[in-house]
Amino acid sequence: MKVLVSVKRVVDYNVRIQVKSDGSGVVTDGVKFSMNPFDEIAMEEAVRLREKGKVTEIVAVTIGGAKNEETLRSALAFGADRAIHIKEEGEVQPLTAAKAFAAVLKKEGAQLFLCGKQAIDDDANQTGQMVASLLDIAQATFASKVEVDGSKAQITREIDAGLETLEVDLPAVVSVDLRLNEPRYLKLPDIMKAKKKPIETIGLGDVGVAVEAGTKTVKVAPPPARAKGVMVKTVDELVSALKAKGLV
Amino acid sequence: MPQLMNRRDLDFMLYELLDIGGLTGAPRFAMHDRAAFDGVLDAAMKLAEQKFLPHAAKLDANEPHFDGERVHIIPEVREALDAYVEGGWMSAAFDERHGGMQLPYAVVAAANGIFVAANCGTSGYPFLTSAAANLLRAHGTPEQQTRYMKPMLEGRWFGTMCLSEPQAGSSLGDIRTRAIPQADGSYHLVGNKMWISGGEHDLSENIVHLVLARIDGAPAGVKGISLFIVPKHRVNPDGSLGARNGVRLAGLNHKMGYRGTVNTALNFGETVPAVGQIVGSPGQGLACMFHMMNEARIGVGMGAATMGYAGYLFSLDYARQRPQGRPASAKDPASKPVMIIEHSDVRRMLLQQKAYVEGGLALCLYCAKLVDEQSIEQDPKRREELHLLLEILTPMAKAWPSDFCLEANKLAIQVLGGYGYTRDYPVERYYRDNRLNPIHEGTNGIQGLDLLGRKVTMHNGAALRLLLGRIGATVKAASAVPELAEYAQALKQAADTAAQVTMTLGQAALQGKLDLFLANAHLYLEMMGHTVIAWLWLEQASKAQAALAGAGAADRAFYAGKLRACRYFFRYELPKAARQAELLARLDDTCLAMSADEF
Ligand SMILES: Cc1cc2nc3c(=O)[nH]c(=O)nc-3n(C[C@H](O)[C@H](O)[C@H](O)COP(=O)(O)OP(=O)(O)OC[C@H]3O[C@@H](n4cnc5c(N)ncnc54)[C@H](O)[C@@H]3O)c2cc1C
Repeated sequence: MKVLVSVKRVVDYNVRIQVKSDGSGVVTDGVKFSMNPFDEIAMEEAVRLREKGKVTEIVAVTIGGAKNEETLRSALAFGADRAIHIKEEGEVQPLTAAKAFAAVLKKEGAQLFLCGKQAIDDDANQTGQMVASLLDIAQATFASKVEVDGSKAQITREIDAGLETLEVDLPAVVSVDLRLNEPRYLKLPDIMKAKKKPIETIGLGDVGVAVEAGTKTVKVAPPPARAKGVMVKTVDELVSALKAKGLV
Repeated sequence: MPQLMNRRDLDFMLYELLDIGGLTGAPRFAMHDRAAFDGVLDAAMKLAEQKFLPHAAKLDANEPHFDGERVHIIPEVREALDAYVEGGWMSAAFDERHGGMQLPYAVVAAANGIFVAANCGTSGYPFLTSAAANLLRAHGTPEQQTRYMKPMLEGRWFGTMCLSEPQAGSSLGDIRTRAIPQADGSYHLVGNKMWISGGEHDLSENIVHLVLARIDGAPAGVKGISLFIVPKHRVNPDGSLGARNGVRLAGLNHKMGYRGTVNTALNFGETVPAVGQIVGSPGQGLACMFHMMNEARIGVGMGAATMGYAGYLFSLDYARQRPQGRPASAKDPASKPVMIIEHSDVRRMLLQQKAYVEGGLALCLYCAKLVDEQSIEQDPKRREELHLLLEILTPMAKAWPSDFCLEANKLAIQVLGGYGYTRDYPVERYYRDNRLNPIHEGTNGIQGLDLLGRKVTMHNGAALRLLLGRIGATVKAASAVPELAEYAQALKQAADTAAQVTMTLGQAALQGKLDLFLANAHLYLEMMGHTVIAWLWLEQASKAQAALAGAGAADRAFYAGKLRACRYFFRYELPKAARQAELLARLDDTCLAMSADEF
């Protein structure tokens, strides 16, 4: 069975995000980028499924500029067998990404599409769901456990009320959550081997997709600074303060 | 949470300052590219942050202890080292034919620096093991390599370096451990070793001690010293472990810092014979050890620089968040306090740290790259030049960061005020850990003697001429840049002065005044060190100035910061070299002349 895993290049989770002074976005120059942490979990799961003998080939896919090749190199070091780079220097919104991934998934005939539940840059949490809808296949989001058995998969997912287990027919889209696994430390030999694995570079046009900008960013602003706290002496005082603010 | 290492700066040094990517043009490194180097550094950061850093304070507070039978070390050390070994780090710098990654030393040194910044105590074990394995790679027989080096590179056995003895540290020529030849070609070692890091533990199946000793009847002094492999457990011909060898733990040393790396006094051949094999030829022991010395000493400087760096980053983060006091010009006592980074004196302490740690790191990486360049240079004459440059820079790469990045750690404590003096923050630990670096691998006093007494004079001053040539090239290029001309002028002056001072000292040596010649060797080391660091600051500033115009906002601040730190170093630090030069040129004998009973 073949698995397709999408990996996104995002500002590293350790970077203290700064908003550009003109409010057009966040500062990205001179900033460290790395693979979206949720996508690392998806990669790890794919590798574990292969180690269990459930998966025979892992293909990593990304959309983005030339630098995204670094992200693919990490995916190959993790254990992907090959990678596809859909090169697009401009902004890519979730729907465009989903259309491209859906096209690649179909072309590759992969039975499973694994992706992070969201990317930590825009936190949109849309792409996986859209891929499933576009192809009209099953989806299971926020997976905390994945078990593949023949033509079906059992997915345990984290929901507000606790855990829910779904069974889906393959092919299916599974978006992964934080607690699914702990990604391994990359080994030096694997980092070296990654360079020798193939990366196929194509354009959005090659998968029949055009860039769409369904949403427009009007303004990016940092969250308001926390207001100074007040000390209250009694519970009554607290209640009236909360009432005054309309909070109770 | 502040970072262990500023990756932007590390990338600047490796790629913009030193063009490490260019090494991949040589066949030896052609299998790599920048993405591979980045991958290695990313992986090192992650492993260091997640497996080494979390138990650093715990390991410091719970140092290894001996219950009379076993040495106990908190289990996190073993877990971290398992992950390290599994990741292939033990053999990262070794050639592919030895199962290594054949990575440039500069990349490995940078990665090692990251592990030290995270947790020097845990890092000590694998570093010693790689160093011991490297020695066997260079001087061991193929049989010794299969038998001892291989299990070390696989991380199953660890290694130690047993040079020092209770009565002989700096002066290794005075060691007394005996090696008694046996009929079967082996030796029995008898004697006491002191300060042996990693000398006893259960972290690995076996411990391979590399021991300096004297074969009975060998001449006095360094020429009579040979090198031996003495394993903790004897090794059967098939590689399996045999009986316990005669190496006994006499006791642990309880240290100020670096507590996680167990430090031991070992007795050889007390009751059970300590069977050893000779490495290399008799009398070549110290030469074999010192073959690896440049890299070992650069490694010490690197660790000193990255520990200094980690303290700097911590105190910087703190200074940005700690409100206290108001600007001198603020009149209203009810006005909001400012973050302490707003105070000029706090900025002084941060700038001084920045100038020291980034200067020290640049020097160590520069030297590490010389090691790589030497390994790929085909032309014998150019290779010899690289070798000489490395020879003269190494004592500075060891001593300068261990003196001044330690100073940086002191300043980091000061930036945190009272909090810095408590064990709730890591800066006092960095200071205690870093305090080892001026002492081991040859004290800084010995480094001064090595620089002035050997390196500067070798081949009629050829190494110094090469160094001054490189400094001159930087001066020339920077003189043409208006923003840098002030520094170029100052550096030229400092280099000319250093050359003159060296001549004066050399004449004293020629006149046979050897004690006077070497009396201020440490001062000479500081003067040269400051001159070399100023040179590398001007190199950094040149790159920063050139990149500034095309840079985006965040990078502009980064490059501007480099230019400020360069200015700081040239205005506040380099003038100290001129003062030292005066004393040196005068052949000042204040210290030499003071007799023991006058104290
Ligand atoms: C934590 C730790 C770990 C160590 N690990 C190891 C290890 O793994 N293996 C190992 O073999 N050793 C190890 N050492 C030993 C270390 O290398 C020695 O401590 C060091 O070489 C100094 O020797 P010493 O302590 O005997 O001091 P001494 O040699 O007695 O020096 C004392 C002082 O006198 C000065 N001095 C000595 N001779 C001269 C001279 N000729 N001219 C001017 N000044 C001089 C020195 O600079 C120093 O300031 C370790 C030491 C420590 C503290």
